[in-house]
Amino acid sequence: MTDVPALAIRTEDLRKTYKTSRGDVQAVRGIDLSVSSGQFFGLLGPNGAGKSTTIGMLTTLVLPTGGRAWVAGLDVVADPVGVKRRIGVVTQNNTLDMQLTVAENLEFRSRFFGLGLREASRRATQLLEVFGLADRRKAMSTDLSGGQAKRLLIARALVHRPDVLFLDEPTAGLDPQTRVNLWDILQVLHAEGQTILLTTHYMEEAEALCEQIAVVDHGEVLASGTVNELKEGTGAETVITVRYEDTVPADITARTGLADRPGVSKVEAAGDYVRVFTREPDGVLGELVTAGSAAGLTVRDATQLKPSLETVFLTLTGREYRE
Amino acid sequence: MTTTTTRQAPPQEPAGAPSASDIAALIADAPEPRPTLIRTFNAMMAREFRVLRRNAIATFTRAVMQPLLFVFVFAYVFPKIGGGFALGGGAATAGTAGSINFATILVPGLMASMLLMQGIMAVTFPLVMEFSWQRTIEDRALAPVPIRVLAIQKIVAGAIQSFLGACIVFPIVLFVHAAGQAPHVHVTNWFLFVFILAAASLLTASLGLLLGTIMDPRKMQMLFAVILLPATMLGCVYYPWSALHHIRWLQIAVLINPMVYMSEGLRAVLTPVLGHMPMWGVLLALVGGTVVFTYLGTRTFTRRVLN
Repeated sequence: MTDVPALAIRTEDLRKTYKTSRGDVQAVRGIDLSVSSGQFFGLLGPNGAGKSTTIGMLTTLVLPTGGRAWVAGLDVVADPVGVKRRIGVVTQNNTLDMQLTVAENLEFRSRFFGLGLREASRRATQLLEVFGLADRRKAMSTDLSGGQAKRLLIARALVHRPDVLFLDEPTAGLDPQTRVNLWDILQVLHAEGQTILLTTHYMEEAEALCEQIAVVDHGEVLASGTVNELKEGTGAETVITVRYEDTVPADITARTGLADRPGVSKVEAAGDYVRVFTREPDGVLGELVTAGSAAGLTVRDATQLKPSLETVFLTLTGREYRE
Repeated sequence: MTTTTTRQAPPQEPAGAPSASDIAALIADAPEPRPTLIRTFNAMMAREFRVLRRNAIATFTRAVMQPLLFVFVFAYVFPKIGGGFALGGGAATAGTAGSINFATILVPGLMASMLLMQGIMAVTFPLVMEFSWQRTIEDRALAPVPIRVLAIQKIVAGAIQSFLGACIVFPIVLFVHAAGQAPHVHVTNWFLFVFILAAASLLTASLGLLLGTIMDPRKMQMLFAVILLPATMLGCVYYPWSALHHIRWLQIAVLINPMVYMSEGLRAVLTPVLGHMPMWGVLLALVGGTVVFTYLGTRTFTRRVLN
């Protein structure tokens, strides 16, 4: 293929407004994305943030009401068939063909993409073995467990080696073990050069898998970058909390002198704990312990929370992350 | 094939953790997709036939029961009971002179009613399922063809199922009757017979697509009450259209019912002894109706898939 673009996905001011009886609902309000070939890209945001609508537009099943989008260099509105040829999609719902067996789900998908009978059957066998479904090949797809169905959905998206693999909330509702297994699969696919766009509302999932993340809420990208860039860019801070055996004296803050320390933005003291928000956490914990002993307090426990996507989201939106 | 890497035994643990080299091989060994419109269309048809074959017994039992019981009761039981239940004579005299038995009226009528049932069962029901809840329609909507091709494919598959159903029902309505009550079936033009059967099948399948895309899944029960039952009872299934001249307003009113043209078309080719609607009207309605329903159904289908 000569037309492999440097950018696997590009959107410009992409918009979707749904007309409902109660007025217009702006699900996506002007999203700009650039995903390069081979990248593992994450759209992170709470439910209802517009992630699925965005993925729907990129996979040609939702028509944009504004802006443009290209996948594998092709315009999703002008050439939906070309786009569909080059993508694999793992939908959020279980969209397996309920009338077909496990193997048939793969075989017919292969044939939809132009493979011959024998080729389709060989590909199905290979995929079923790799995804640990070989012993379920003759089962009806309705008889699979949630984790098995999700694996089959991923296998089905891979029958034709897509340029871009889309995964919409792939681990929602799965048990932790199955989730980690899926992560492993996705990481290997990525290592093999597979371009992946994943949506998730799990912070730790985005953090564990994605090289590049766009934080979305209310149909807009609030910030994007690598996990570290996001943390640095938003000024997220380390939060250090020390709990003592007894109630802390009212003047503990003044006694520690931490409030004047460079990098510290806030010191909270209440009940049995002191909490420090800082960009330069080194040595703070030690000082809290020392200040505690000077005031005759014994440390019960201490935690140091590094800046995370959760603190990023909190800083960006000024409110709690709603899952 | 030399690309196969050393592959370990398939993973045995229930959670199924594949090895990295296996996954890597998946990417390396992936076949190049080369879909064409025809290939994808054929694959979708193959999928329909696989499903049809799997459910063959249930599908055709459903198709056969209504016409079988009808001819059994009306062409076997009633004539045996005799006298006051001889329904056929009165109804048929309107069309032609002489006594035409009820079985003769029923043969084309029941085939038409079966076509409608099959069209709805084969297209509307699966479609409503595919659009509801998990939206499994997305499975095929992601195939590399325009969405309207998927709509056309559903019509063609539904029409084939209807056609097959009619072929199975034909001998039943022909041969199930009491002694001396055989229907007067005389096919003069086989080509026209098959053409009308095919056109009627396409008409019901395209109507099935339209209904499937505009029906609210929660109101599926209404389909029987509001569509199937009136279409059948007022579809010239149990009486020829010409006999309705006694009730002129009804004779005109039923012309909006596509069933009428299916029954009358089959009546014209199967039992020409009975008076029937002019052939040009039948053909116009069957072909025109198919075009209109296909156009509307494809539009609403595309709109439902691409929201």
